[in-house]
Amino acid sequence: MTSDRPAVLTLEGLQGLIEALAAEGYRVLGPTRRDGAIVYDAIAGLDDLPAGWGDEQDGGRYRLVERGDAALFGYAVGPHSWKRELHPPHLTLFRTRREADGFSVEAAADEPEPTAFLGVRACELAAIAVQDRTFLEGPQADPHYARRRAGSFLVAVNCGEPAGTCFCVSMETGPRARGGYDLALTELLDAAGHRFLLEVGSERGRALAERLDARPAEAADLAASRAVSERAAGRMGRRMETGGIKALLQENQEHARWDQVAERCLSCANCTMVCPTCFCTTVEDTSDLSGETAARVRRWDSCFTLDFSYIHGGTVRGSTKARYRQWMTHKLASWYDQFGVSGCVGCGRCIAWCPVGIDITEEVAAIRGEKNPESAG
Amino acid sequence: MASPTRKPRLAVWKFASCDGCQLSLLDCEDELLAVAGALDIAYFMEATRGRIEGRYDLSLVEGSITTAHDAERIREVRRRSRRLVTIGACATAGGIQGLRNFADVAEYAAAVYARPDYIATLATSTPIAEHVPVDFELRGCPISKRQLLEVVSAFLAGRRPVTPAHSVCVECKLRGTVCVMVAHGTACLGPVTHAGCGALCPAYDRGCYGCFGPKETPNPASLSGRLAALGMDGGQLGRVYRSFNANAPEFRQESQRHGRQDEPQDDQG
Repeated sequence: MTSDRPAVLTLEGLQGLIEALAAEGYRVLGPTRRDGAIVYDAIAGLDDLPAGWGDEQDGGRYRLVERGDAALFGYAVGPHSWKRELHPPHLTLFRTRREADGFSVEAAADEPEPTAFLGVRACELAAIAVQDRTFLEGPQADPHYARRRAGSFLVAVNCGEPAGTCFCVSMETGPRARGGYDLALTELLDAAGHRFLLEVGSERGRALAERLDARPAEAADLAASRAVSERAAGRMGRRMETGGIKALLQENQEHARWDQVAERCLSCANCTMVCPTCFCTTVEDTSDLSGETAARVRRWDSCFTLDFSYIHGGTVRGSTKARYRQWMTHKLASWYDQFGVSGCVGCGRCIAWCPVGIDITEEVAAIRGEKNPESAG
Repeated sequence: MASPTRKPRLAVWKFASCDGCQLSLLDCEDELLAVAGALDIAYFMEATRGRIEGRYDLSLVEGSITTAHDAERIREVRRRSRRLVTIGACATAGGIQGLRNFADVAEYAAAVYARPDYIATLATSTPIAEHVPVDFELRGCPISKRQLLEVVSAFLAGRRPVTPAHSVCVECKLRGTVCVMVAHGTACLGPVTHAGCGALCPAYDRGCYGCFGPKETPNPASLSGRLAALGMDGGQLGRVYRSFNANAPEFRQESQRHGRQDEPQDDQG
């Protein structure tokens, strides 16, 4: 492959792509089936991919299902997001040691391995772009995120199988990747065979693609790839009306719906943990028994905990209502004020992984005063 | 802080309990010498002979109050302790023996003992904090060794221990465990349970049993709705909250909402 013209990879070609990434020194992560879900983990080749598996998702429910075909990427998104890699759950920031005249501080080593992500969905590319704004733009870039981001090679795979909880079309983030990737694949599984349309999105991507055994794409391949995305776009399980959403939420802070959702909300923080854009952390300082050393560890935090808004004198958001309202209003409204975009990419994880199935699209519709036909009541 | 010339004196006290939590201290193995180096272990029946005398800088109290004698003894322990930390579900919630709070203790005693008249016991099992002021409560059945070391280290440094009160779900998500309730339909108390175990059971494909008791601002009523949808009937919902932390207020009230009509009702509920 020698140009930016789309090409076509066979299954062997895809294996070649994984091997080429590994040969370039990347740790290759991709989808794999484990513990009843499709999670992201280290992969060595096609055998690690969840061939023939898809998922069924609804509020508070996720199940793997056999597809009856050989699709390697025939699922939507699972419990993990790439946030785990770019913004790790735990990160030691520094260690200190008591000295004769005070104490010394030593920054913790932070040399992340270059990592290739295989199977990044369009909604996830959008989420990474949202986190780029959070961590890289503005006066204080986060060096840990920056290092991981610079060392990441993104292989997008266009979504062909949205879940019942998906609404990327509403958020205008998918289902087709529109940039932000190094390489993008579309899995094609039709009479012409099991193959992948390969598109180049960066210089790095081009350099890698040139080393792959691929044939130029024909018009039929391009049409098939477009058809995959069109079909996916027509099969969104959820929708969210986003017109005027910032004002809607910011002007309805005393809406009765907040009380109703608080009756159901467990304040367990699952939604924020699985959200690919939620970025909040706290720091935990620990010292050893001898009092000689101490360490500061950053870990994921959530606006659903009491500690999150604890300041001198107490917790600002004591009620679950206040915490749910804060989360949703930040995500869908004040994120625009802060970062210029919505904090929601429509991946639906917060719906599926909420133990009681609270549905952000249903909450928005309720505050709008619309009856949501999807709502079970 | 204690003066540098004298190590803080540690005491470990046992009330109604199984000893599992205080054994967590001996289980520290690698860190035990460091504990002994940092503290003067002045009273710890599981490890050394010792006598109750003088004052203690840090008292770790295991167990619940189930007898009139213990209700008096804990006052003496409090009087002798600069800091009193309760460890484990018995001490912080009343323990599994708190099940008596839902039943007639005389009936129990008659069923179990040949001579129930030899048994001098209170009608209830109650946490230490219902009897004396407690400086810090460390949850768990049993407690986590890691958290115990954290509490002791924090005491020595004069700082607040890092033992977050959020849900077990946060711990599952931090370690990357797939949610057993959402993905498998397994009943799980994780969303209403206090973190601390590191989300042990879900990592082994089991639902959370609630060993660390209610988390901050729990919502068991909402969770029960989900558990019912997963197939639990009223009797099961009445029992699922009744284990080691049955007497913790939020678990007690939720279990009573689903409980039998003939059992003693909770006057605090």
